[in-house]
Amino acid sequence: MVNDKRISKIQALTYELKVRDVMTYKIVSINPKKTIYELRDILRDYRISGTPVVNNGKLVGIISIEDFVNCLSEGEMDALIEDKMSSKVKVLYADEPLVHAVNKLDRYGFGRFPVIDRNGEKLVGIITKGDIIKGVLKKLEVDYHEEEIHRYRASHIFEDIVADRTTLTFQYNVAGKNFDVAGESASKLKKALRRLGIHPDLVRRAAIASYEAEINIVVYTDGGQLTASVRPDQIMIEASDSGPGIPDIEKAIQPGFSTAPEWVQELGFGAGMGLINIKHCVDKLNISSEIGKGTYLKAIINIKQPNL
Amino acid sequence: MNLKDIVKEFNLEVVSSSDNLDREVTGGYVSDLMSDVMANSKSGDIWITLQIHQNIVAVASLKDIVGIVVIGGRKVEEETIEKAETENIPILATELPAFEIVGKLYELGIGREDEDEK
Repeated sequence: MVNDKRISKIQALTYELKVRDVMTYKIVSINPKKTIYELRDILRDYRISGTPVVNNGKLVGIISIEDFVNCLSEGEMDALIEDKMSSKVKVLYADEPLVHAVNKLDRYGFGRFPVIDRNGEKLVGIITKGDIIKGVLKKLEVDYHEEEIHRYRASHIFEDIVADRTTLTFQYNVAGKNFDVAGESASKLKKALRRLGIHPDLVRRAAIASYEAEINIVVYTDGGQLTASVRPDQIMIEASDSGPGIPDIEKAIQPGFSTAPEWVQELGFGAGMGLINIKHCVDKLNISSEIGKGTYLKAIINIKQPNL
Repeated sequence: MNLKDIVKEFNLEVVSSSDNLDREVTGGYVSDLMSDVMANSKSGDIWITLQIHQNIVAVASLKDIVGIVVIGGRKVEEETIEKAETENIPILATELPAFEIVGKLYELGIGREDEDEK
C-alpha cells in the first residue's frame, strides 16, 4: 500500500492508537431470531449499512445491507437473520493497534469489523473506516495542540519577545521568624528559573543564593521580600527587609561569624555560612544596611558564562 | 546503587515518599547545618542528618538530594513528613548514630565511585 519507506505521522499514529480508542461503543445489534424485515427498521433508523448479530451478549454473526438486498430480490423478507447472516465473522480485539484494523479492512474489503474483548469474547464495539479516519484526525489535532503549547512554553519567552531590554521579575514575600515555610520562596524561584530553560548550574547557584538570603530574612527580621529579575544576560537576586540591620557587613561575611540565637542554631541555621555561601555562588554581591532600618542585598549571576 | 538497595541493606524505615526510591545514589553528605549542606552537598547525594524539622525537605529539594537519612532513632516531625510527600523527597530513618551509618554506606561503596575511576 505504501511504498515510501519513511513512516509518516499518520502511519505512526495507527501503531500508537488502539482499536478501542477510535471504535464506536454504542453498538446497534440484532438478535439471530429476528427477521430480515426487522433488520430493515434497524438499518433505516440508525442509517447504517450492516450490524453485528448478537445472542446473549455473544457475537454470532454479521449481517449487511447486501444480505438485505438479496433477500428483498428473492422475496425472503420473513427469513430469520441466523439463516442469512455471515457466521464466519472477522473480528478485531479492542487492544489491537489500529494498524491491524486498517490492514484487515484493506484485505477483506468489509465496511466494518465487530470489536470483541479478548477475555470474555464479548462484543464491545464496532469499527468502520469512518471511525478510523475520525480517530486519527482527532489525535492529530490533540498532538498539534500540545505542540503549540510546547512552542509557547516559558523557555522560549526571551526569543519570542522583541524588545531592546526584556526583564522578567519574580517577587516573593518572606515571612519572618517562620521556619515552617523557610526556603519555599527559593524553591519556587528555582522552579521558575528551570521553566525558563536557564542552565542547571546557574539555577543551582541562584537557588543557593536565594535560599540563604531568604533564611537570613526568616532568622533575623519580621519579614521581607525576595526578588529575582531575569534578563537574557543575567539573574539579579534582591533581598530586602526592614529588620535590625547589620552593624559590620565585612564581619558578617566572615565564615563562622553569627549572631543567631541558640535555638536557631540548634535547628541547623545561623552557622555563619549564609553570606559566604551567597558570595561563592554569585558574580557580584552588594549589601547595604542601616541599623534599625533594614538590609538590602543584591546579587548578580551572569548568564553568559565563558566556561559554560 | 539506588535508595531501595540501601533501605534493604540496612533495614531503614521509609518515613516518606516510598514510591520514589529508584533514583541512583551517587554520593553522600553528612551535616546538621543547613548552610553547610547548601554549600557542599551535590545532586544525587544521600544526606545524613539529625535534623527533623521541615527545612531539611526544602534544602534537599533545592539541592536535588536523592534522600535524607535521619539518624539516632529520632522521630521525624509530622509537618516534615507531609512536606516531604509533596516535594517527593524520601526520608529514611535509622536507629544508628551518624558515624556508624556513614561508615556502612561508605563500605558499601557510596561516594567512592570517583575513587575507583582514578
